[in-house]
Amino acid sequence: MATASPSVFLLMVNGQVESAQFPEYDDLYCKYCFVYGQDWDPTAGLEEGISQITSKSQDVRQALVWNFPIDVTFKSTNPYGWPQIVLSVYGPDVFGNDVVRGYGAVHVPFSPGRHKRTIPMFVPESTSKLQKFTSWFMGRRPEYTDPKVVAQGEGREVTRVRSQGFVTLLFNVVTKDMRKLGYDTGPSDTQGWSGPNPPQRFPQ
Amino acid sequence: MNPREEKVKIITEEFIENDEDADMGRQNKNSKVRRQPRKKQPPTAVPKEMVSEKSHRGNRQEPVQEEPKTHLLSMTVRRGPRSLPPIPSTSRTGFAEFSMRGRMREKLQAARSKAESALLQEIPTPRPRRLRSPSKKELETEFGTEPGKEVERTQQEVDSQSYSRVKFRDSARKIKPKPQVPPGFPSAEEAYNFFTFNFDPEPEGSEEKPKARHRAGTNQEEEEGEEEPPAQGGGKEMDEEELLNGDDAEDFLLGLDHMADDFVSVRPADYESIHDRLQMEREMLFIPSRQTVPTYKKLPENVQPRFLEDEGLYTGVRPEVARTNQNIMENRLLMQDPERRWFGDDGRILALPNPIKPFPSRPPVLTQEQSSKAELETLYKKAVKYVHSSQHVIRSGDPPGNFQLDIDISGLIFTHHPCFSREHVLAAKLAQLYDQYLARHQRNKAKFLTDKLQALRNAVQTGLYPEKPHQSLDTIQKTINEYKSEIRQTRKFRDAEQEKDRTLLKTIIKVWKEMKSLREFQRFTNTPLKLVLRKEKADQKADEEAYEAEIQAEISELLEEHTEEYAQKMEEYRTSLHQWKAWRKAQRAKKKKRKQAAEEHPDDEIAEPYPEEDLVKPSPPEPTDRAVIEQEVRKRAAQSRRRPWEPTLVPELSLAGSVTPNDQCPRAEVSRREDVKKRSVYLKVLFNNKEVSRTVSRPLGADFRVHFGQIFNLQIVNWPESLTLQVYETIGHSSPTLLAEVFLPIPETTVVTGRAPTEEVEFSSNQHVTLDHEGVGSGVPFSFEADGSNQLTLMTSGKVSHSVAWAIGENGIPLIPPLSQQNIGFWSALKKADAISSIGTSGLTDMKKLAKWAAESKLDPNDPNNAPLMQLISVATSGESYVPDFFRLEQLQQEFNFVSDQELNRSKRFRLLHLRSQEVPEFRNYKQVPVYDREIMEKVFQDYEKRLRDRNVIETKEHIDTHRAIVAKYLQQVRESVINRFLIAKQYFLLADMIVEEEVPNISILGLSLFKLAEQKRPLRPRRKGRKKVTAQNLSDGDIKLLVNIVRAYDIPVRKPAVSKFQQPSRSSRMFSEKHAASPSTYSPTHNTDYPLGQVLVRPFVEVSFQRTVCHTTTAEGPNPSWNEELELPFRAPNGDYSTASLQSVKDVVFINIFDEVLHDVLEDDRERGSGIHTRIERHWLGCVKIPFSTIYFQARIDGTFKIDIPPVLLGYSKERNMILERGFDSVGSLSEGSYITLFITIEPQLVPGESIREKFESQEDEKLLQATEKFQAECALKFPNRQCLTTVIDISGTTVFITRYLKPLNPPQELLNVYPNNLQATAELVARYVSLIPFLPDTVSFGGICDLWSTSDQFLDLLAGDEEEHAVLLCNYFLSLGKKAWLLMGNAIPEGPTAYVLTWEHGRYLIWNPCSGHSYGQFDIFCPLKNVGCLIGPDNIWFNIQRYDSPPRINFDVTRPKLWKSFFSRSLPYPGLSSVQPEELIYQRSDKAAAAELQDRIEKILKEKIMDWRPRHLTRWNRYCTSTLRHFLPLLEKSQGEDVEDDHRAELLKQLGDYRFSGFPLHMPYSEVKPLIDAVYGTGVHNIDVPNVEFALAVYIHPYPKNVLSVWIYVASLIRNR
Repeated sequence: MATASPSVFLLMVNGQVESAQFPEYDDLYCKYCFVYGQDWDPTAGLEEGISQITSKSQDVRQALVWNFPIDVTFKSTNPYGWPQIVLSVYGPDVFGNDVVRGYGAVHVPFSPGRHKRTIPMFVPESTSKLQKFTSWFMGRRPEYTDPKVVAQGEGREVTRVRSQGFVTLLFNVVTKDMRKLGYDTGPSDTQGWSGPNPPQRFPQ
Repeated sequence: MNPREEKVKIITEEFIENDEDADMGRQNKNSKVRRQPRKKQPPTAVPKEMVSEKSHRGNRQEPVQEEPKTHLLSMTVRRGPRSLPPIPSTSRTGFAEFSMRGRMREKLQAARSKAESALLQEIPTPRPRRLRSPSKKELETEFGTEPGKEVERTQQEVDSQSYSRVKFRDSARKIKPKPQVPPGFPSAEEAYNFFTFNFDPEPEGSEEKPKARHRAGTNQEEEEGEEEPPAQGGGKEMDEEELLNGDDAEDFLLGLDHMADDFVSVRPADYESIHDRLQMEREMLFIPSRQTVPTYKKLPENVQPRFLEDEGLYTGVRPEVARTNQNIMENRLLMQDPERRWFGDDGRILALPNPIKPFPSRPPVLTQEQSSKAELETLYKKAVKYVHSSQHVIRSGDPPGNFQLDIDISGLIFTHHPCFSREHVLAAKLAQLYDQYLARHQRNKAKFLTDKLQALRNAVQTGLYPEKPHQSLDTIQKTINEYKSEIRQTRKFRDAEQEKDRTLLKTIIKVWKEMKSLREFQRFTNTPLKLVLRKEKADQKADEEAYEAEIQAEISELLEEHTEEYAQKMEEYRTSLHQWKAWRKAQRAKKKKRKQAAEEHPDDEIAEPYPEEDLVKPSPPEPTDRAVIEQEVRKRAAQSRRRPWEPTLVPELSLAGSVTPNDQCPRAEVSRREDVKKRSVYLKVLFNNKEVSRTVSRPLGADFRVHFGQIFNLQIVNWPESLTLQVYETIGHSSPTLLAEVFLPIPETTVVTGRAPTEEVEFSSNQHVTLDHEGVGSGVPFSFEADGSNQLTLMTSGKVSHSVAWAIGENGIPLIPPLSQQNIGFWSALKKADAISSIGTSGLTDMKKLAKWAAESKLDPNDPNNAPLMQLISVATSGESYVPDFFRLEQLQQEFNFVSDQELNRSKRFRLLHLRSQEVPEFRNYKQVPVYDREIMEKVFQDYEKRLRDRNVIETKEHIDTHRAIVAKYLQQVRESVINRFLIAKQYFLLADMIVEEEVPNISILGLSLFKLAEQKRPLRPRRKGRKKVTAQNLSDGDIKLLVNIVRAYDIPVRKPAVSKFQQPSRSSRMFSEKHAASPSTYSPTHNTDYPLGQVLVRPFVEVSFQRTVCHTTTAEGPNPSWNEELELPFRAPNGDYSTASLQSVKDVVFINIFDEVLHDVLEDDRERGSGIHTRIERHWLGCVKIPFSTIYFQARIDGTFKIDIPPVLLGYSKERNMILERGFDSVGSLSEGSYITLFITIEPQLVPGESIREKFESQEDEKLLQATEKFQAECALKFPNRQCLTTVIDISGTTVFITRYLKPLNPPQELLNVYPNNLQATAELVARYVSLIPFLPDTVSFGGICDLWSTSDQFLDLLAGDEEEHAVLLCNYFLSLGKKAWLLMGNAIPEGPTAYVLTWEHGRYLIWNPCSGHSYGQFDIFCPLKNVGCLIGPDNIWFNIQRYDSPPRINFDVTRPKLWKSFFSRSLPYPGLSSVQPEELIYQRSDKAAAAELQDRIEKILKEKIMDWRPRHLTRWNRYCTSTLRHFLPLLEKSQGEDVEDDHRAELLKQLGDYRFSGFPLHMPYSEVKPLIDAVYGTGVHNIDVPNVEFALAVYIHPYPKNVLSVWIYVASLIRNR
């Protein structure tokens, strides 16, 4: 495996969709999926997932905890189109209809290590007051045609959104052969050994 | 003071401690609260407490006065509560805490103010004072009065300190009334306090409360233990503090406090007096003053405000803030944060420059509503034809090439050249110095300055002794002073100049000496230079006198200066001494000593706190020792001036010297000279970086001068951007090397030929040359010294003498292009003082004007905004540095290029990435671009490169005839331009593209949905629900399937027995049918007799092929088979791209072929018949149906009965109607000819078809008409949304055109009219056939579903390809010219979908023409593919179908009835008489018969080759005899249009080829290119026969129609010899 000149680099992401802060809503579940460029290919793990429904905690934090694991490995030849995770959160509204509660996206962290990300979530707004009412009444809120649009910039100018809450994600990122291919993403001092963790400092 | 501070500190500590305590107490709160009910203590003890504390606060403020009295008491009191758990209250803590902080602050304030007031007086430390208890009264009064004073002060100056002072005043007020109240009548407050404190004993001091609460905690002992040490450690201060803080006499008088919890507390209503409230507010709130804060408060102490602006630094404009607001802010800041870090050096609040633009960028608010509407209305302006113009092109209207620039290149001199010998180097230096000398001599600055000096001296002389005494003395003195200072200045300059002159002369002589020594040393001379020093003997006496006089004058001047200086100093001294004396008198008492010291050691004085410079003993500054000055002056004069006894030296450089001839020179020198001879130089003239001309190549002279003397007249069109000369040097016969580039300035417009001076421009090159002879080389160090020291490095350099000027025309007008547009724009921009950044563009011709303007407008030179302008002006006025004549946009780009462009372009990976990002179709979906170049295969690009090549090359192989090739290329270009045009439009997203949103339901939908609630869950007749549409983006290979459901077919041709006249029952290969055939040769059209015998007439099956996938059904039997089978074919998008655009352009076609399965018995021996069956299956093609994928894609599903395309001749099969079958299909059979198949085709999952373009196109139509069309369309769409209504279309150049403009009678080819001169009907059919022969090319395929482009009929005929509408328009125009009543009919048909047909009115009935097939149908023909009618279009009107039904048999085509047809032009909007876009007349060229024949041969050859290719495992024999027979037959077919020839043909064939079993058929198609022909032949499957002795026949016939419309007939047949 330790070839002198690898032809791809690997990016392994594991972590979890930890929790969310949606002050006004309860009983939410979330979906995640990855959006990545043409040079990327998932080699292992799940690209998409849908979580259980969680209710708010009873304490003051009112956190919605999913702890939904993410574990996926990509291979790529080009950092262009670095994977983004797209989250969409759904939950029942007053009438029990399942409506979207938020969309959000964030790039998988570039540098190896443990990263925590808090993504603000938003939903598209109705185009008019009347539509807002009817969508509320009918339980058919405006949704993106494809949640993946939140990872792209194209065509967003026609939409209006409203902020809803936050989702906290935890990533553990491991990369392989990035440096060999000339992409230096890690901290500068981790030339020979990666990170201050004692177990990794053992001579190999 | 120290002790006091200490006290304050301690207090603070304690407060902090107490705060902590309070926190702890809060934590204990719950338990306490629980305890409350048990103790019957009302939980609402709060307000009472608050009140009580407030009342105490007054007392608290005078901390000391009562303390001695209560000191002991308080101790006891404290003991009490400590042992008792006090009653807790929730909010008390909060308040206590708060009040504690407040009090602390107050105390701090108080302490500070007191410290200030008591600055000078020694105040006894509080500790002793407190201990001294009896003195309390004094203290009380003292404190009582002192706040009083303070009050007065605060009233005067409302300041930050007022806050605390107010406190004092209040407290003072509170204390005072107390004693005045009679003992029997306590004040309201006191009384109140009295009662409240009765029942709530513990709050004797807010300080104590937390402690008390502590004690209330669970472990008292511990708490106490904790509590005590600080109490002891802190000493008495703490206790005092406690007492300070609001101990009241009443509290201590009550001894009952420990009993408190036994009492039921009765509390008064919550009330706060207004005073209390006010006081509280005052305590808590701070109202900043509006008065200006004095500067010293805002600055650190003893710092003077510093005004940066006065110092000349740019500070920017501060944002405007009202003065009062600023004051408030300053007060607030001073209050909150005494560190003053908010204030700048100038004592103002730090502020950034104003970010607000001075000009509003928002449009002005409109005052009236109407006008606002008018403003918002869009104005339509027609597009103006765009005339290409570049800014560099002078003007399109001007005659180009009229301007002329004359460049005169006279010569070139090298100041250094690699071939220079050392002597040359010196010579060059000498020449340079001499030039300098000459220049200086010419200017003769020294002389000028001397004269000036003289003049000034004279002026002073006359000024001092004025002849006109009436002038005021003052002014004279002033002018004289000015003169004197000028004299000084001038003298300095003159001295410097003289010195320079002298040094220059010295250097010249030195260099000359060096040169001479060098010549001597090397014993030869290289240069003719010769320096002659001419001595000019002057009159020594006069000279000496002048010299002396000069020196004397100077000395006297200097003396004068010195005396002046001295006098001034004395004056200064005197005044300061006077001052000092006065001051000394004032300070006499103790400063005597110091004065002494000052006199003794004047230097020490400076160290004194008040330095007094006047004490410097003014030693009269060197009583101007004349001798010293004289010495100095003489010394200087000797240095810089020619001494009087010296002769004036005038160097003269001449070329009179002789150069040593070659034969007397050493070898190295000779080789050097040889080398020089070999060299030649020429110049290239570059205008705007393009070489325009070059000089002749001239050899380099021995003196390194090149004379050109050439004048170049540049006829120019463009405004000159740059003018460059490139110096090239050629050595021998090698290629020239670029030495240097010389940039010539573009002459000003005033410089014209004849007036331009010859200028010299220096150049230098950075080349490094080392030579192996005497030449010193270039860019390499060399030395004159033998030891190699003093190294010199010289670069090749030189001068070009030239002149550039504008030429003058014949009439004396200079040929100068006008200032280009950009310069004008620049000037106007400059006037607005905006967009200065545009400076740097060329053509800034007048710098002086700019500088003047800048001076006039008083630009702030320090403003960063003006920096570039200022720099420019400074550069321009000083004229020193180089003014860039360009403006660089990305000046850093170069630095960021990590690799050169060539290298980047060479990288395959980069190329791949680049192409992919450009969305080149081949690479659009390229996945995983490899990391390294080496991993990218070259073949990746092959297809793409091939395509790029092909774009430019007209490939005749594919198209065979060149016209079509050109057309194809043209179409490709149109397609590309259109696509580029729409790519932009595609970027616009609509909300619906991004967001799924329910539409606002109107009342009916709401009602329906309500109604739905009551709907049955499982209705008896369920409605068909639409499938969910899938957006194309998230699809991949294999996701999409094409479903073809083949239901049944009607009227399949049936087999005929092999009707050979020579038929013999064959032994081996007989057809099954024949075997049972009753009669071998009854050539009868009906097989009635056969059928009952179980004879199978035909065993058809259907094969569907799509994208090289083939599926077929089972075999059914009989001419009316019913399969009812569903076939599933996978669909693959090109390049794996499933985007809408890509799917739209899929050109694949679904072929549905109907075959007859024939079983042949191949048993060799009849005897074996009983034991085995050996049959061979043959399949015979019967016909096909072609449906393009694009149709399926856009229609989503295709459902209907289609006519099978059956060749006109199908040997072995008969199309005759079977009488038996007709019973079942009466209407079908009787009305139609041909066979039909019922199909249902769809795509699974359903794809969302691409949407038509949303862009609105520009139009040449009248605006009113366009509005009317929109209105009309909207009205129609409202009534019948499904009916097609067309009013405007887009022509091939992308503009909107009203549709009726397309219809106009146009002449059909005369050739066609001549065929049936009398039969109109036949002519019409012929014309229709002609139109149908023009190849069909759907727009949607070529233009990616973007839009439907309508080309005019002549364009259509030129392109020879078009859509339904082009065919229909042409056919309709022909019919109109034939005199028929004809309309364009827009509607829906199968399988085309929305399409255009032609409707004609003939002999009392309507005929519907399919323009693409040339067939006509009656209105009531069921098999008419047209299914519904949207609108009719005539040459002058549009009628929309507003009838209830829209299928042709059910509607009335009478357009005159307004109830049935809504017309576009009506009485309200009359037809304006629109001109047609069609040409006046169509011109037809006769087709080239020879070319057609050639094409025919080529196609035949290609097809034959193909058939052989398709049969790789078998031998393909060609039956020539049969081929020739077929070839003769094909023209007949063309003539008869494929009808009614079968029988004759059959007969003939039988006659000629009797021995063969023959199966074959002619195919007929319009010709577009070869590929469809090949596909068609392949589709028949003729080549699939693998009988060993099979032979083939293939004939091609091309019938040319006018305008190169070709009708192609291909006859394919297979023959099997009957043995």
